[in-house]
Amino acid sequence: MEKIRVVHYINQFFAGIGGEEKADYKPEVREGVVGPGMALNAGFKGEAEIVATIICGDSYFNENLEEAKKEIIEMVKKYNPDLFIAGPAFNAGRYGVACGTIADAVQRELGIPVLTGMYEENPGADMFKKSVYIVSTKNSAAGMRDAVSKMVPLALKLAKNEKIGSPEEEGYMSRGIRKNFFAEKRGSERAVEMLIKKLKGEEFVTEFPMPDFDRVEPNPAVKDLSKAKIALVTSGGIVPKGNPDHIESSSASKYGKYDIEGFDDLTSETHETAHGGYDPVYANEDPDRVLPVDVLRDLEKEGKIGSLHRYFYTTVGNGTAVASAKAFAAEYAKELVADGVDAVILTST
Amino acid sequence: MVKEIERAGIPVVHMCTVTPISMTVGANRIVPTIAIPHPLGNPKLDPEEEKALRRQLVEKALKALATEVEEQTIFE
Repeated sequence: MEKIRVVHYINQFFAGIGGEEKADYKPEVREGVVGPGMALNAGFKGEAEIVATIICGDSYFNENLEEAKKEIIEMVKKYNPDLFIAGPAFNAGRYGVACGTIADAVQRELGIPVLTGMYEENPGADMFKKSVYIVSTKNSAAGMRDAVSKMVPLALKLAKNEKIGSPEEEGYMSRGIRKNFFAEKRGSERAVEMLIKKLKGEEFVTEFPMPDFDRVEPNPAVKDLSKAKIALVTSGGIVPKGNPDHIESSSASKYGKYDIEGFDDLTSETHETAHGGYDPVYANEDPDRVLPVDVLRDLEKEGKIGSLHRYFYTTVGNGTAVASAKAFAAEYAKELVADGVDAVILTST
Repeated sequence: MVKEIERAGIPVVHMCTVTPISMTVGANRIVPTIAIPHPLGNPKLDPEEEKALRRQLVEKALKALATEVEEQTIFE
């Protein structure tokens, strides 16, 4: 039997090209295996082979979405693969979004099976778990072995067009697809059993999980900007020089609240970014590029806005758990309300 | 964080480069920005041009805050 042909997509970091300073790396294709592809290839045990690896910088991909998609699809096409694998991306946000986006595009445009892997809180997971198979991985590259051990069997099954088991069996994220099967007990019996378990306070598994729509309705617009108190919030990690509260460069466990009274302009002398995961050079050179204090001061002086709130709130949105970010914001939002803030500008990198 | 601020009753505009993430996160008012490492600036411009660009983006964000929306809206 002929070997299954696989094309693999990875970012600049896993290709060993560089970190953030190389995140604008344009798509490049190399024959054969690069980086994590080696572990996948070894797992395939000769049944499949990575014939080419496409490498693209995470920032380049996300900032040039349409172009990058087109370029990469052309590259994939040339190798006429039976399967396309992207990642795994673990908890790297831009990488995860890139993996999901490109896998989805390849599946749609080239009609071949695709597979990727990432951590469940990676934003790419929510965006694409319904359209592509995403193996659930740990949150850092230390989980590579675990990721590969789940991705290899699923990849082979997909390429051979074999029956795919449930998300629990195969280790991918639920796609919200229901399959018919014959249960041993009839519905009424199962429902009563579930009810009894619930009444006893025992664990039970619902057969129909409700989708989690955590949406918040938009608040009414600001009526008169010239009277409004505007606050700045950022996940881009801008902090006073020296990062006095030691906000972590990734997986932040806290947020900072800093006084900007008297600051007309943030400079490399006064502020910097604590954020890892993106090239900090530009933000350190001029922190207004992330937190636009200079412009808001001008607008305040011109009377276009009522005032700029005296404090800004900041944290690092790099691999930070959703639950932490939610807790930070729930806490400082109360202060913003108490301080009479009328509207918030939140910037992200 | 956008959602928690909105939930507290304060209108909020999210300024970010990767707008699909912002949509997934659940921001209601979104203004696309320049690039991931410098959302509100462009180091290739001279400082005055760069500040003008930043002002334009911030004004767009203020306009978004002053605009009633029914659903998630990207202010291009």
